[in-house]
Amino acid sequence: MVEAKGLGLTFKTADGDVIALTDVNLDIRKGEFVSFIGPSGCGKTTFLRVIADLEQPTSGSITVNGTSPADARANRSYGYVFQAPALFPWRNIERNVALPLEIMGYGAADRKDRIEKSLALVNLEGFEKKFPWQLSGGMQQRASIARALAFDADLLLMDEPFGALDEIVRDHLNSELLKLWAATQKTIAFVTHSIPEAVYLSTKIVVMSPRPGRVTDVIESTLPAERPLEIRETPEFLAIAHRVREGLRAGHSYDE
Amino acid sequence: MNRPWRDSSTLSVLIVVAALLVVWYVAAILMNWSGVSDFYQRTDVTGVTFGQQFNDVLNQEKPLLPAPHQVASEFWNSTVGQAVTSKRSLVYHGWQTLSATLLGFVMGTVFGIGLAVFIVHNQAMDRSLMPWIIASQTVPILAIAPMVIVVLNAVGISGLIPKALISTYLSFFPVVVGMVKGFRSPESIQLDLMRTYNASRFDVFAKLRWPTALPYLFTSMKVGVAASLVGAIVGELPAGTSNGIGARLLAGSYYGQTVQIWSALFAAALLAGALIAIVGLAERITNTRLGVRP
Repeated sequence: MVEAKGLGLTFKTADGDVIALTDVNLDIRKGEFVSFIGPSGCGKTTFLRVIADLEQPTSGSITVNGTSPADARANRSYGYVFQAPALFPWRNIERNVALPLEIMGYGAADRKDRIEKSLALVNLEGFEKKFPWQLSGGMQQRASIARALAFDADLLLMDEPFGALDEIVRDHLNSELLKLWAATQKTIAFVTHSIPEAVYLSTKIVVMSPRPGRVTDVIESTLPAERPLEIRETPEFLAIAHRVREGLRAGHSYDE
Repeated sequence: MNRPWRDSSTLSVLIVVAALLVVWYVAAILMNWSGVSDFYQRTDVTGVTFGQQFNDVLNQEKPLLPAPHQVASEFWNSTVGQAVTSKRSLVYHGWQTLSATLLGFVMGTVFGIGLAVFIVHNQAMDRSLMPWIIASQTVPILAIAPMVIVVLNAVGISGLIPKALISTYLSFFPVVVGMVKGFRSPESIQLDLMRTYNASRFDVFAKLRWPTALPYLFTSMKVGVAASLVGAIVGELPAGTSNGIGARLLAGSYYGQTVQIWSALFAAALLAGALIAIVGLAERITNTRLGVRP
């Protein structure tokens, strides 16, 4: 689904060059749930934005769905969920979900159908006519996931979607997300800085570290596909979490 | 919780109005007192009682500062007391000014929005147009208005259009400035979202920039409509026009008709208030439709 080879991205700023990503080699296969974890500045969000063609790499190559990121964007082959819900406050939930469909030229009947389906996937039935401010933070983020699902792209890019939510809501949404992933068979790339979240959700965990932003470890998860929340207390889970933590520690410099 | 003393906005408005009236009366008496005394001296009137002079001060024909009741009765006589087609009617003159104001305001708003669209979508436009737009407003309108009137009159255009053009000149400015700001106010995350959809420039404009800019539009329009009215009145000042509130103000000052000037001023203030209230109402209706948090 996504193939990066020797990918690098350097931002030119007034204080000199900032190396956001260097020599990233990574494969995301169809149907995988890949988490990117690392401290801030490690380039995890930048990598996601490169996949989405929101940033252009300065070296190396990357293909998304077999094409360049720009073509993938033109083909609308991914849905993107941002850190904040980014719902349009003047549109109710239904019309927010309709936004990509209107832009992509879906007919009214098809739109209605898709809105219904995607809101059902995130358990937001009955909130169609509510405006964003009438919903809690967790529900707003769910609406934004429904919006990303509405046009049924195979790839879902999620940039710390639950970062601003409290832990209880987050746990709930994590298990909902796993169910949604199982039901839709999508490929998900998920950025987070929470170790339990990364281990709980992923089939593959990409550990990254900053200055310069790079991949330090790629962990294939051995956890079963079926994951109740209690799995987080099993030795297997803790072993993976330990390896992630070790990877983060190895890449982290404490001299600053 | 019900706190009746907080809901007494009507009462507080009345108190402020009453206080203003008291100040006005005191000022009117102080300013006009010596004038009446001089008049008595010139006409050899003696032995006037204090009460008599007090009464005369408040009912002079051409006072320096007319008292509220004089303005009110002149206002009443020249609105309700006249046929609306009469040249003595403030309703007639008010409409002359209002029609130019409205036409100018609509043209100014459309022109302002159009300029803002160009400026936001084209960097060269931004750099090259903005200085001229700002410079245009530093030229005193009182200097430009007579030229516009005279030049247009020379090519056979007179009446409504020249006045409306001056209104346009004044009212497009707040709209351009406000809408440029408004069109640029979507958050970067919202613009990124539209980019992930590969949305066209038109979609980004229609579905994101325009709705985001609407609150700015209404704020600009409130300033713009008041500026339009000023523009229309200024457009009526140059000699030759005899219609409108501006002409009424000018005639009043020629003949020292202070009471007439003041009642025309009140008509202008009422018009401005009504226009801003209409824009405010349109804003409220739009807000409800856009689901703005009450």
